[in-house]
Amino acid sequence: MANTNMGKTITAKAQNKKAFGLKLKIFKDKKTNFYVGLGITAFFLLITIVGYFWTPYNPNAMDVDAKYSAMSFTHLFGCDNFGRDIFSRVVSGLGTTFFVGLGTVLIGGLVGIIIGAICGYFGGLVDEIGMRIMDALYAFPSLLLALVFVSLLGSGKYQVIIALGIAFIPSFSRIVRAEYMRCRDLDYVKSARLFGASHFRVIFVHILPNITPVLVSSAIIGFNNAVLAEAGLSFLGIGVQPPDASLGEMLSSAQSFLFSTPWYALCPGIVMIIMILGVSLMAEGVE
Amino acid sequence: MNNEDIILSVEKLNSFYKKTVPGKFRRERIQVLKDVTFDMKKGEILGLVGESGCGKSTLAKTILNMVPDYSGTIICNDKNPQMVFQDPHGSLNPSKTIEFLLSEPMRNLTDIPQSEWRDRAAEMLVRVGLDEDYLGRLPRELSGGQRQRVCIAASLMLKPGLLIADEPVSALDVTIQAQVCELLLKLKEELGLSILFISHDLRVVYQLCDRVIIMKNGEIKESGTTDEVYFNPQNEYTKKLLNAAFGVD
Repeated sequence: MANTNMGKTITAKAQNKKAFGLKLKIFKDKKTNFYVGLGITAFFLLITIVGYFWTPYNPNAMDVDAKYSAMSFTHLFGCDNFGRDIFSRVVSGLGTTFFVGLGTVLIGGLVGIIIGAICGYFGGLVDEIGMRIMDALYAFPSLLLALVFVSLLGSGKYQVIIALGIAFIPSFSRIVRAEYMRCRDLDYVKSARLFGASHFRVIFVHILPNITPVLVSSAIIGFNNAVLAEAGLSFLGIGVQPPDASLGEMLSSAQSFLFSTPWYALCPGIVMIIMILGVSLMAEGVE
Repeated sequence: MNNEDIILSVEKLNSFYKKTVPGKFRRERIQVLKDVTFDMKKGEILGLVGESGCGKSTLAKTILNMVPDYSGTIICNDKNPQMVFQDPHGSLNPSKTIEFLLSEPMRNLTDIPQSEWRDRAAEMLVRVGLDEDYLGRLPRELSGGQRQRVCIAASLMLKPGLLIADEPVSALDVTIQAQVCELLLKLKEELGLSILFISHDLRVVYQLCDRVIIMKNGEIKESGTTDEVYFNPQNEYTKKLLNAAFGVD
């Protein structure tokens, strides 16, 4: 009797587990991940593009009567301490955030690909020198490194892009270097050399297209990190400068009003979380 | 032998590679080839037989200048010796179409105008037994035998005099092996190729080659015409190899 009971419990547990597993599987499915992520990212991208041409209010216009007003249909996300429409500011801030993210990935990615490709492909002394420099850069946390560059270059949107771009070079170059080290001894590289292709041609025409899947996913992850790092820098007050809006800058300004006007901090924060979630899901789904 | 008849002459070739030894800072220099000397005549298929790791592939790479550390002389009377690799899956760039791969030698090494590349590539494909439709395909859409044909086609685009085939058939199954061997024989007749055929399969070598070199541990143990070596082996190692392959006492 006891035995059968136990058997039943185990079966029930197994079934439970199975059902649970099945439920999880929908989320673990790479394609679903990718499409959900793509949907979220595309949605925010669309809002950003629309926001570039039109926002409900001027994001920098102050309306004294609307100061601290709560979420309503006239002000979708409410208003801040200057009476600026938070929804409009979030939309235009999204644009800044996207811009900083893309710029960072572009700089870090391009330089990282070139350094990583040369180090990984040639190996030996070149690799040793290049990688030690990257190690030195990598030894600092990227936010700290960006802080150093911001203090050298001054604060602002473009300075943040350059600072974060430089801080992101080591991680890109390492990933690319590993891929080139894997590819350089493959037969198709040898045969390309036999067919007279120059080293330059082998690196950028023959090998590069074969490592794009890795590049794409690391670029997406890099974009995510850049967005978060920009928010961090702006939160510290050295990133995007007011009155320019960015999600991090808004969070930073909102911290003094956390209890009186919680929507000021919550709205940009939630928007950022959902955007990062979307991009991360997409990164996970890339093959 | 007349100098004109020789396409490849290798004399006292020693080749090395560096190996990292745990616990030592300096990498150890390991000798792969020891005083390898042989001549290869124009228009012949020379078989190079030996067990795995005996230096067959290293010899091929050294001849093609892919090993930096070697001593000895290599005289090759051919401008662009080419090579067919063992694994047809790895030797074609997976992201490029067959047309791109076949055009690559013309783009890099000749002045042939771009307008002719496609026609020449198509002509070469037909020659190796495929047709023009394959030009637009990617390597992953082809079977192993078809890929090896494409590899052979690519290596022959510039009409080399010397083709080094590094185990071109060992990754293929037996019927495809026979087809590829026949193709190599046909191409040799048509284009006046000389082929250095590297293999560990004595049966394939017997069917294909005019002369054979037996290698062990980086040294040439025996060489001669195929019939001489197969029916009257002098070296103990050769006898052992033949015994293992054909089961003759």
